[in-house]
Amino acid sequence: MTTPLLSLQGLTKAYPGVVANDAVSFDIQEGEVHALLGENGAGKSTLVKMIYGLVKPDSGTMLWRGTEFAPSEPRQARATGVAMVFQHFSLFDALDVAENVALGMENPPPMRDLAQRIRDVSETYGLPLDPGRTVGDLSAGERQRVEIIRCLLQDPKLLIMDEPTSVLTPQEVEILFQTLRKLKSEGTSILYISHKLEEIRALCDHATILRLGKNVGSCTPATTSARDMAEMMVGSTLQTPTRSAAPDGSTLLKVTNLSAQSGKAFGTALKEISFAVKSGEILGLGGVAGNGQDELLAALSGELLTNADTIQIRGEAVGNLGPSQRRGIGVLAAPEERLGHAAAPNMSLIENALLTGAIRQGLTRNGFVNWRTTKAFAEDIITQFDVRTPGSDRAARALSGGNLQKFVIGREVLQAPDVLVVNQPTWGVDAAAAAAIRQSLMNLAAKGAAIVVISQDLDELMEISDRFGALNEGRLSAIRPTTGLTIEDIGLMMGGAHDMEAPGPVAEEATA
Amino acid sequence: MDLSTINPVLLIASLMVAATPLLLAAIGELVVEKAGVLNLGVEGMMIIGAICGFAIAVETTNPYAGLLAAMVGGAVLSLLFAFLTQVALANQVASGLALTLFGLGLSALLGQNYVGIKPPAMSKLDLPILSDLPVVGPILFSHDPVLYIGIALTAATWAMLKYTRVGLVLRAVGENHEAAHALGYHVVRVRVLAILFGGACAGLGGAYISLIRVPQWTEGMTAGIGWIALALVVFASWKPWRVLLGAYLFGGINVLQLNLQAAGIAVPVEYLAMSPYIITILVLVIMSTDKSRAPASLGRIFHASQ
Repeated sequence: MTTPLLSLQGLTKAYPGVVANDAVSFDIQEGEVHALLGENGAGKSTLVKMIYGLVKPDSGTMLWRGTEFAPSEPRQARATGVAMVFQHFSLFDALDVAENVALGMENPPPMRDLAQRIRDVSETYGLPLDPGRTVGDLSAGERQRVEIIRCLLQDPKLLIMDEPTSVLTPQEVEILFQTLRKLKSEGTSILYISHKLEEIRALCDHATILRLGKNVGSCTPATTSARDMAEMMVGSTLQTPTRSAAPDGSTLLKVTNLSAQSGKAFGTALKEISFAVKSGEILGLGGVAGNGQDELLAALSGELLTNADTIQIRGEAVGNLGPSQRRGIGVLAAPEERLGHAAAPNMSLIENALLTGAIRQGLTRNGFVNWRTTKAFAEDIITQFDVRTPGSDRAARALSGGNLQKFVIGREVLQAPDVLVVNQPTWGVDAAAAAAIRQSLMNLAAKGAAIVVISQDLDELMEISDRFGALNEGRLSAIRPTTGLTIEDIGLMMGGAHDMEAPGPVAEEATA
Repeated sequence: MDLSTINPVLLIASLMVAATPLLLAAIGELVVEKAGVLNLGVEGMMIIGAICGFAIAVETTNPYAGLLAAMVGGAVLSLLFAFLTQVALANQVASGLALTLFGLGLSALLGQNYVGIKPPAMSKLDLPILSDLPVVGPILFSHDPVLYIGIALTAATWAMLKYTRVGLVLRAVGENHEAAHALGYHVVRVRVLAILFGGACAGLGGAYISLIRVPQWTEGMTAGIGWIALALVVFASWKPWRVLLGAYLFGGINVLQLNLQAAGIAVPVEYLAMSPYIITILVLVIMSTDKSRAPASLGRIFHASQ
């Protein structure tokens, strides 16, 4: 057996309270595309940061072609031959492509030669890119190409790509894959991080699966079905739901044929979504991020307006009402993005409590704010939801993610909504706090509210929801009761069922 | 009313003189803003340049020593701004306003003994044959050297920003200081140098008013040119040649309206007096409808730990 390009042996990295990587070992061979697969928080990012020299492992060693490799900073990793394309790009919008590339090189050639080299590389690897274009005008896929070309001009031996397709259109994904295959054929190894099973089946030679920081197995994606990989990723022991009695209340929220364009660039349009939620019921919606979750929350909360009839509350058409009017009739929402969407980062918790609580809690009168009741409301949230903060006058951004999440969820739950929509309610929250948040949602349902929980945490959805559906490319699968639902069923629902058996459909029309 | 008293050749020649202080200050500020710093102290640095240049020119009887002193004076004052915003991480808007107020006050103090004095005159370009040509001679070949420096500076700034590594790094720092820092560029150093350059340009522009255009010293004699320069940079979409165009347009309409006033046109003087501002801004707004944006990091405080 030949010496692997990079061999990881027992890498461990612990942060206070959480072991991000626990004795992870695997090998990356020369010229292979190696997938690193796992759910959010499985420790994928920490692992590649150790390879790239951004994070130092607590223990364990890395061997680069058989010799010890312990980069102390990215520069050293780059010198060895490791290049990385980050999920969030480090580009200059107002500068053109060639200038951006030049800024990332130590000794760039003159601009004219550089433009020619960029053209050569972009032709060789099928990454169409005009060096004269301004980066700010480029699509996310084209921006990624700028970063990739920056990496390629350094002639890397190992290219790390951290969730490269999360911002790409299907056509752009196909172009990227062709490039990666070409790189592979030239002997470059690629470490490909993703949680999208079909992509991995289409592209990767080997896959290592991480769960809760541990290497839980490896497989050959081409011969392993998506459902098997999902099972390894999620863990075959899904907790049995504790709520079994199906609620028998009246229908509170009814969505009929909801289709809407996304308000964001590169968002996902919603396509003919229909469902209904009864009083006392929790509907869990799963699916890989970016398949319409944000848009569905926006449509239900009133940020994204639709035809009046598509969304009905107790039979009343509300699709054309804005967020404040919907709060007035008891529809509340807690979006995924805590800082900037659910809470204003620089405002105090009291002020943030006012922002969504003003209407239902009666915190204002004739345009004047009643700060005393607002403060009492904020402190009520802090006490009841165990938000760890020195005081209610602290700025929202000063709280840790988990504490702020408890505050944001608590703020909506305590307003006693009739319909509550939450997206990723326990994302980045420690286990105890997550349990508390889930319990509060179940308690709210027990009081008769209709709740829609959008999440990527399948365990969570199985634990708290009565019925389950999955979003895929803006469409909603059939909704089924969670009792008796197997992991295979869920995998099929999440994959949209049609493309789970064969490697993902490749877009033949991929050009431009 | 007698419009025939207006000589178009002299009009063009004098509009170039009227535009030069504005052009110098605006080009300096353009470089500062391209580096991502908003220095509202242009007016203050100009007036300090005006008095430093005037005083040194009078004392040494050498106008060139005066111009040099003006640039040093403007740069030294801008160093205060650089310290406040780049080292002490103070708010740029407040620091810039303070710089203007401070400069106005300090210049009045420094200039107490210089009121009513005539500075040494600066020689004008006098090329045989060329300067005597009709029309072209007075417009192109009979000005003071600083006016040509202003045009040369515009061209140099344009070329520097467009073609050189230094210009690229400067724009990168102004565009995304975090990414520039991550790539290993010295954000603070680039910005301090840009601020000093802006201060020197503003000082030179101020001295042009007190030594060449007017030429005498009166308190507050820059009369808001620094503020126009700030506005000009924005409306010119941070493009050097548009700054030149805007400065000449402003200077031209200013000279024209003065001529019209002298010719006794039947329009209230106030309308004429406001016309340069309105027309300049109108033209530049129309021109800036293309896609051009401010440097993305403009006015934002950079700290390496972020």
